[in-house]
Amino acid sequence: MPTKKVKLEKSDVSNKSQTEGWFYTDTVKDHFFNPRNLFYSNEDAEGYEYDAVGMVGSPACGDMMKIWIKCSEEQDCIKECKWQTFGCASAIASTSIMSEMVTEGGGMKLDDAMSMKPKDINDKLGGLPSRKFHCSVLGDKALRMAINNYFEETDQSDRKIEEKTRVIDKLSKTTDHDIEEAVLEGARTFEEVQKKTKVGIGNPKVQMDVEQLLRFYVEKYFGENAL
Amino acid sequence: MKEIYLDHASTTYVRDEVLGIMNKYFQDEYGNPGSFHTIGLRPKRAMAKARELVRDIINAKRVEEIIFTGSGTESVNLAIKGITEKYDTGHIIISTIEHEAVTETLYYLEHTKGWDVTKVPVDKYGLVNPKDVEDAIRPDTKLVTIMYANNEIGTIQPIEQIGKICRKKKVLFHTDACQAGGVLDLDVEKLNVDMMTLNGSKIYGPKGIGMLYKKNTVKLVPLIHGGGQEFGYRSGTQNVAFIMGFAEALRLGQSEREKENKRLIKLRTMLEVGILRSIDKTFLNGHPVKRLPNNANITISDIEGEAMMLYLNEFGICTSSGSACTSLTLEPSHVILAMGLPYEVAHGTLRFTLGRKTTKKDVEKIIEVLPGIVETLRKISPVNVNMDKLEIQGEKVYAN
Repeated sequence: MPTKKVKLEKSDVSNKSQTEGWFYTDTVKDHFFNPRNLFYSNEDAEGYEYDAVGMVGSPACGDMMKIWIKCSEEQDCIKECKWQTFGCASAIASTSIMSEMVTEGGGMKLDDAMSMKPKDINDKLGGLPSRKFHCSVLGDKALRMAINNYFEETDQSDRKIEEKTRVIDKLSKTTDHDIEEAVLEGARTFEEVQKKTKVGIGNPKVQMDVEQLLRFYVEKYFGENAL
Repeated sequence: MKEIYLDHASTTYVRDEVLGIMNKYFQDEYGNPGSFHTIGLRPKRAMAKARELVRDIINAKRVEEIIFTGSGTESVNLAIKGITEKYDTGHIIISTIEHEAVTETLYYLEHTKGWDVTKVPVDKYGLVNPKDVEDAIRPDTKLVTIMYANNEIGTIQPIEQIGKICRKKKVLFHTDACQAGGVLDLDVEKLNVDMMTLNGSKIYGPKGIGMLYKKNTVKLVPLIHGGGQEFGYRSGTQNVAFIMGFAEALRLGQSEREKENKRLIKLRTMLEVGILRSIDKTFLNGHPVKRLPNNANITISDIEGEAMMLYLNEFGICTSSGSACTSLTLEPSHVILAMGLPYEVAHGTLRFTLGRKTTKKDVEKIIEVLPGIVETLRKISPVNVNMDKLEIQGEKVYAN
């Protein structure tokens, strides 16, 4: 007879070796093997004159992205976007295609670039395997950070969109807002939130904070007994 | 393009000799070994011979101690649940680097049946200290299960000593020896084990066949009930073809292991030295000496494992990685983390596991293409880890 009744947080029949493999679209492969908008060399990178830079993630959490932008003040758009990414094929392809999206057709308007979502990048890639979606969530954040920095530099601070949120995990730059979104998208456990946001990877001590917020948002949107 | 398969720890191909023996039991000797007529008797006799062969190879005392199952994972499940089913609850000891067959089974028992699990740590080489096992044993400890050799880093555990301690403390001891089947000494008397798991898919035998050695005095509750095959421990008509294949693969592997191990160690060393010399900020994982002869697990800093794997795949080179991106949990491999490797570099591990068909040319090809791949990915990467400041459980990581 069982002596302790604990709900299984994950199914006893799920583990990593049991999941199906994944396939990348040709677009993902193309951007992974032929990344666009890279620096040609170290000298090229060091001598690069940019308007603003943004960086998120850390090697500890498995993904890290740095984005340099050059903008046109008259046209209020992005003219050049260079980047560096530490991460898997999905992360590299995501940043590469994002750099293309914001510079093609004469450059994306800053306001449009500011409101770019991971889903836009994912759609453009022809879809990442669902379990690799999280790899594309850092690119748009790095871009927003760079644009905010650009506004700061060019006396347009009023246009900055500060995410009025609290950073829960400094490594992955996950905010309470990100956790709210994850809950709205269906996450109900810490692992599910982590899958969507990368929160706590390489920084396990934030788990309690995340679980508290998770309960808060689930109750807020789905009622007290939803968990 | 020639495909270079360096993922033998995942699975191996079936050797011709093995396949040759198996073929006979699909159409010619297809009988049910449980039948009384001659068509059933012939496979029954063949199977009995195979069981005797396996018994002799692992130095078991009786044929009843050899139970054929459907996989290594099933054998592990039988060894663990076969014991736990007999009690309301209790305590089990494992290491932090066990295979999922063990960890997930215990996760289940912990969360649904209230079993207590102690995971003894490993040192920076992935080695269990037998003293830790001894200290973890409690009056209610029902089982200790520690793997013989690890699937990711190849470290070989001091099974003999751990077994001795378990004997002294009168606690049952199981070892998952799937990675050791073709390369290490499997003498259960020497190893002091009460149970041992083996399977076909890592030893150039077929997939879908496992074996559990179970000392005659150990009583298990079966997982599968039915016609009472395998001495009542595993019902279901025996897969005679696979049993024959498994026994032959084990026999061949064991009879050739000394010679083949020497060859593999030579090639493996060439691979390691080649990579560590030509690429900076790299280091080897696992024990320098107490390691499977075919295993080379290498960390390459500043870049991520899946990206490297994908590039290598473009050159026809098949490897595996302990990076988070190859797992479901988004965490790097639990084995890599258990050795105390910092997260900063844990995502950048590559595992090469060599095999019977691996040649010097294959190794040369890897040494030729890997530096270029690393250079490409490092150029894209914003990370530049300071190796002098990296610490593994208090000790500096050695680069090159």
